[in-house]
Amino acid sequence: MVFLEFEKPLESLYEQLEKIKAVGEEGDIDVSDKVKELENKIKTKTKEIYGNLTGWQKVQLSRHPERPYTLHYIEHMCSKFVELHGDRYYADDKAIVGGIGRLDGMSVMLIGHQKGVNTKMRQYRNFGMANPEGYRKALRLMKLAEKFNMPIVCLIDTPGAFPGLEAEERGQAEAIARNLIEMAQLKVPVVCYVIGEGASGGAIGIGLGDKVFMLENTWYSVISPESCSSILWRSWDHKEEAAEALKLTADHMLHFGLIDEIIKEPLGGAHTDPEKMSKQLKSHIKKEITALLEMEPDERVMKRIDKYANMGQYDIIEED
Amino acid sequence: MGWFKRLKTGIQTATKFKKEAPDGLWYKCKDCNETTTRKELKENVFKCPHCNYHVRIGSHDYFDIIFDGNYTEMFSDIISKDVLNFQDVKKYTDRLSAALSKTDLTDAISVASGKVNKKPLVIAAMDFTFIGGSMGTVVGERISRAIDYCLDERVPLMIISKSGGARMMESAFSLMQMAKTAAKLSLMAKAGVPYLSFMTDPTTGGVTASYAMLGDINFSEPKALIGFAGPRVIKETIKQELPEGFQTSEFLLDHGFLDFIVDRADLKERIAELLLLLDKTYEGEEELEEEKEVVEKR
Ligand SMILES: [Zn+2]
Repeated sequence: MVFLEFEKPLESLYEQLEKIKAVGEEGDIDVSDKVKELENKIKTKTKEIYGNLTGWQKVQLSRHPERPYTLHYIEHMCSKFVELHGDRYYADDKAIVGGIGRLDGMSVMLIGHQKGVNTKMRQYRNFGMANPEGYRKALRLMKLAEKFNMPIVCLIDTPGAFPGLEAEERGQAEAIARNLIEMAQLKVPVVCYVIGEGASGGAIGIGLGDKVFMLENTWYSVISPESCSSILWRSWDHKEEAAEALKLTADHMLHFGLIDEIIKEPLGGAHTDPEKMSKQLKSHIKKEITALLEMEPDERVMKRIDKYANMGQYDIIEED
Repeated sequence: MGWFKRLKTGIQTATKFKKEAPDGLWYKCKDCNETTTRKELKENVFKCPHCNYHVRIGSHDYFDIIFDGNYTEMFSDIISKDVLNFQDVKKYTDRLSAALSKTDLTDAISVASGKVNKKPLVIAAMDFTFIGGSMGTVVGERISRAIDYCLDERVPLMIISKSGGARMMESAFSLMQMAKTAAKLSLMAKAGVPYLSFMTDPTTGGVTASYAMLGDINFSEPKALIGFAGPRVIKETIKQELPEGFQTSEFLLDHGFLDFIVDRADLKERIAELLLLLDKTYEGEEELEEEKEVVEKR
């Protein structure tokens, strides 16, 4: 198990539990009471820690190395899945994956950022930072979905679009912008879920939909707390303050009306019970798509555009 | 609205918007270091007479250059609301007040309708002097309303971008303006009303990754910085020097992301030409010539 800094009190409790269990296995002493006591302690402590997470702690949780990523969810949700590769112009981006999957009798197009599960794979997936071809592959798959009348599910988990030299040469900005204008007009239902990090243009590049949801311990912001700290505070040391100031948690996003709902995670985060999380996500996706399919395509598109048109609060100066 | 009310009296006494173009008698070119009188510079549409460097100018300077005289400003009554109660080393409301008193602008974009060689056009032009030309809710909302106006009146829209990207102090609200402006532009595309995107120095971040790159025609001033990520961030990421001319207008033209680059002196004529060519009811000189011939033969 990997313990984050704020989870340290749990680590020692888990260590004690392991030791006592080992003693019990030797068989001489009955430890069952002690085990129960410790398990209760862990439960209480977990509730205590997780009941009151700060913005920065949620950012850390969203980056937990054991957190389930897009392909994990796809694998656990779909009875069949065929991954599709390439943007047909330049390359196949490994930081965005996609393909057609079967969700209990319904074919859907699943698209998401993909991070690596170990050091080697993290590099291979470019840490979930897509290049223009990733966004263009995503758009190709969305158009394919539209052609065959399949709903689209987008899973968002990126520290940002890749800020590289070649990404600029091949039009990172154009690729993201194109996705936004095209996604606004897609005739099929589009549901988006922030499953980890929702950083800026890189996130919204596959994030414009009829409904947008966030898992409990994720964040969505115009900039990462670290970069915000470095620009506005001119130092990397203010990431906690930046995380608070940016109001980037799911709670804030729901309060501002920028997302539709928060998906609860198992106590301790999605990584503590990935299977349960996958089941929850699957039933949520099915429910939402079914509801969206009730609407006529044109009506759905108009509602989608209106939803975004209404985002933002402002004042009006009274003329006098 | 507190930040605005404090300064309201100041606005009412101001007779004209402070322009971004340099004040004072002399202007020293940032590119070639040569000195020019301010009068000379203005007569040369704010380009250095020695090296043709395009000096950064503001929304109202562009309105003066492009429109035939008069124009009507729209939606300037929409102003920022500090929903997040954002504070870094400064309060966001203090940043807003400071920007207002420095520029007399109420946000980083101004919208105006007018005529270009007698053809109607709506221009939404950004100001870098207002919090780095950053895009927050007000920028998104003014563009959104400009689009509604253009759709109702079937008038072409031109957006002049000049921005460091999305405004951090409005966090996800700023981010959502990317989706909002793009979604609204999809309605322009569907209705067949032309949208011209003109990029000026600098155009970066969320602005480039939304409306700036979505023009039916994308064009720019020479040597403008245009990109998604800032050069400093890219340099830190790839840990190598960036090639000469990287992320300039010329670089983007070369890589297929711009239709053309236009000198500021030719800007108005080029826009007028496009407006004529994009107008389905336009009867060009050829047709007029033919008609004349017919008349003459009679
Ligand atoms: Zn010069």
